[in-house]
Amino acid sequence: MTKGHQGHLNGVKMALRILVGCKRVIDYAVKVRVKPDKMGVVTEGVKHSMNPFDEIAVEEAVRMKEKKLASEIIAVSCGPQQCQETLRTALAMGLDRGIHVEISGKDYETLQPFHVSKILAKIAEEEKVDIIFLGKQAIDDDCNQTGQMTAALLDWPQATFASKIEKNNGDLMVTREIDGGLETINVKLPCVITSDLRLNEPRYATLPNIMKAKKKPIAKKSPADLGVDVSPRQEVLSVEDPPVREAGSIVQDVDELVSKLKAAGVV
Amino acid sequence: MFSVCRSCFSAIRNRLPIIEHGRRFSAHAAVNEAKEPDTAQLFTQEHKELRRSLGRLIEQDINPYVDEWEEMGQFPAHEVFKKLGQAGFLGVTKPTEYGGLGLDYTYSVAVAEELGHINCGGVPMAIGVQTDMATPALARFGSDELKKQFLEPSIAGDVVACLGVSEAGAGSDVASIKTTAVKKGDDYVINGGKMWTTNGFQADWMCLLANTNEGPPHQNKSLICLPMDAKGINLSKRIDKMGMRCSDTAQIFFEDVHVPQSYVVGEEGQGFTYQMIQFQEERMWAAASILQTLQNIIQATIEYTKERQAFGQPILNNQSVHFRLAELETEVELLRSLLYRTVGLYVQGQDVTKFASMCKLKVGRLGREVADSCLQYWGGMGFTNEVLVSRLYRDFRLISIGGGADEVMLSIICKYMNTLPKMPQKK
Repeated sequence: MTKGHQGHLNGVKMALRILVGCKRVIDYAVKVRVKPDKMGVVTEGVKHSMNPFDEIAVEEAVRMKEKKLASEIIAVSCGPQQCQETLRTALAMGLDRGIHVEISGKDYETLQPFHVSKILAKIAEEEKVDIIFLGKQAIDDDCNQTGQMTAALLDWPQATFASKIEKNNGDLMVTREIDGGLETINVKLPCVITSDLRLNEPRYATLPNIMKAKKKPIAKKSPADLGVDVSPRQEVLSVEDPPVREAGSIVQDVDELVSKLKAAGVV
Repeated sequence: MFSVCRSCFSAIRNRLPIIEHGRRFSAHAAVNEAKEPDTAQLFTQEHKELRRSLGRLIEQDINPYVDEWEEMGQFPAHEVFKKLGQAGFLGVTKPTEYGGLGLDYTYSVAVAEELGHINCGGVPMAIGVQTDMATPALARFGSDELKKQFLEPSIAGDVVACLGVSEAGAGSDVASIKTTAVKKGDDYVINGGKMWTTNGFQADWMCLLANTNEGPPHQNKSLICLPMDAKGINLSKRIDKMGMRCSDTAQIFFEDVHVPQSYVVGEEGQGFTYQMIQFQEERMWAAASILQTLQNIIQATIEYTKERQAFGQPILNNQSVHFRLAELETEVELLRSLLYRTVGLYVQGQDVTKFASMCKLKVGRLGREVADSCLQYWGGMGFTNEVLVSRLYRDFRLISIGGGADEVMLSIICKYMNTLPKMPQKK
C-alpha cells in the first residue's frame, strides 16, 4: 500500500494525475436478451458503448484539466480488443492517453470488481496517480463495488456517488448523493471518487478532437504484467429474464382488497 | 429547453421512437460488424467515433424537438447549425484555413448516414444545403476574402446558407434560368427571382446562380454570394408543402438588388460549370442520408407488426409481411453497396457521374417504395400523423423530384450508355 504521488498543495497550482476507469458495456438503449443457454446475455453483434457513469467521470477529469487542476488524465479499460474503441471515445473527449488491460474469452466472462480493483490499484501505483475516477456502477452488472474495493486495497479515502467536486486548499470537497439527501465531505489526496448522475453532462466529442485522438497512445497490458490473478471467484449458475408481470385485478372496495391480500398471505 | 430525463437510462430507452437498427443489436445470428468488407475498407475508427458523437447530438438536441418543429413549420436553423458547427460537423471536407477539417469525402458520407437517424427529412435536407450545396463551390473557387466572409461563419454554424438556383420557370433545366446580374459601377444589379429555396427564410446569405455575361447558356452564368439582408430582396412566399414541413422553403424576388462584383465566386461565366461539378457529391450525399432512415422505418415496422395482432397472431407472422420486409431490406443493402462503391471510386479521383446518378435515382424510388409498403403494414395508425412512417412517406416523395429529378438522372445514365437521342437542332 502506498500513498501515491502528492499533487502540489498550499495554494500552488495543483498538477493532479488522474486515472479514469472506462468500462465497455452493452449500450443503454439496447433491449438486452438472455442467451438460449441461460448462462448470460447476448453480446455478439450487439451495440456497446462506454458505461454512462464512466463518461461522466471522463467529463469531470477533462474539466479538471481545463481548469488546470489536473496535469495528466489517463483512461483505463479492462476487457477484449474492442475496449480500444471505448478508450478512443475517452481520448476523443479529451483524455491524454489510454491503457488497455487485455482480458478476453472465459477470463473476461468471469471478471469481477474484485479483480478489476486490483488491476486499477496496481496501475494507480505505477502511474503515481492522485485521483482514481470511476463511475459509481456499471449498467450491466450494477455492482457498485469497484471504487470502494480499489480504495480499500490502496488504503486511500473514497468519495462515492459524487455530484459535485471542489478544490479545498490541497484537499477536495466532495458533495455526495446519499439516501437522506446530500452529504459534503473533505477528502485528502490521493483518493478514489465515483461519479453519480448529476455530477455533470458529458460533452459531445467534437470532430477535431476525434481526429486528434488518433495520435494519442494506447498502451497494452495483461493482468499478468500487473501481477494480478484473474481466476474466477464465482460461478454463474443461471441467468433468467425477470418474471413476466401478471395482470392485476380490480377490487370493489377495501374489504375485498384486504381479503385478497390475506388470501395471498401478505397480511 | 427540454432536458432529457436522465434519472434512469432505461426510461430513455422506452422513449426512443425508433430502434436504431443501423447499430445492429439483433439477438439471433447477428452480422458481426468486423466482417463487413465495405465499411472496413471505407470507414475507420474515426468515422465510427464521428457517428457516435453526432448520434448523441441528434438524440439530445434534435430528435426530442422534431415533432414540435414539424408542427410549427420551421426548425430553428441558427440554433441547430451552431451546435453542429461547434462540434465540427459542418466543415468536414472544407479547408482547415476556414475552420474546416480538410478530411476526405468518406467523412461527409459518414455524417450524412448518421443524419438519417433524425426523425424527419426536413432537418437533414437543410443541413445538406449548408454543407454540400451552398458551400462546395465557394470552398473550391472563391477568393480568400469571400471565404472569410461567407464560408468561415457557415462552417462555424454562425450563419445559415441557402442555394438560389431553381426558379419558378426553370428547375431541371438550369441553363434556362432568367435571373440576371448586370454590371453597374462596382456592383452587380440583380433582377429576377428564385423558387424552392430551402432555408430561404432563415438564411443569412445565398449562393446565387445568375446570368452575368453574353455567351451560350452554359457559359454565361456566375455564382455570387448574396447577403440576404440586401435591399430589394423580397421573401414573398413561404411555400406550404406536403412534406419536409419543418424546413422553410421560400419563393424569392429580386428587384434591383446591389451586390459588390467582388462577391462573385471564382471566374465570371463559370457558374454553371461550378454547380455541375458538385452535383456528384450532392447525389451521393442524398443517398447516404436516406439509407439509414429506410432501415429505421423497416425496423420500426417490424416492431409494430410484432405487437399488433389480427386473427389471433402478430401481423408480422404473415408471410406476405415478413417476406416483403425482407425484400425491402435487400434493396436497401443493394443501394448501400452501390453507394459505397461510388464513394470508394470517387475518393480515388474517378469520375462517378454515372454511378452517382444511379444512386440518386434509386434512393428516390426506393424511399417511396419502402415508405409506401411499410405504411400499409401500420394499418390505420399508418395513416395518422402520430407515427413516423407517415411523415417519412410525405417527406420522401420529394426525393425523386428535388436535387435532380428522376428523369434527369435517367437522361444522364442514358448519355453514358450512348442511348440518348440527339437534341433537335435549333434553327
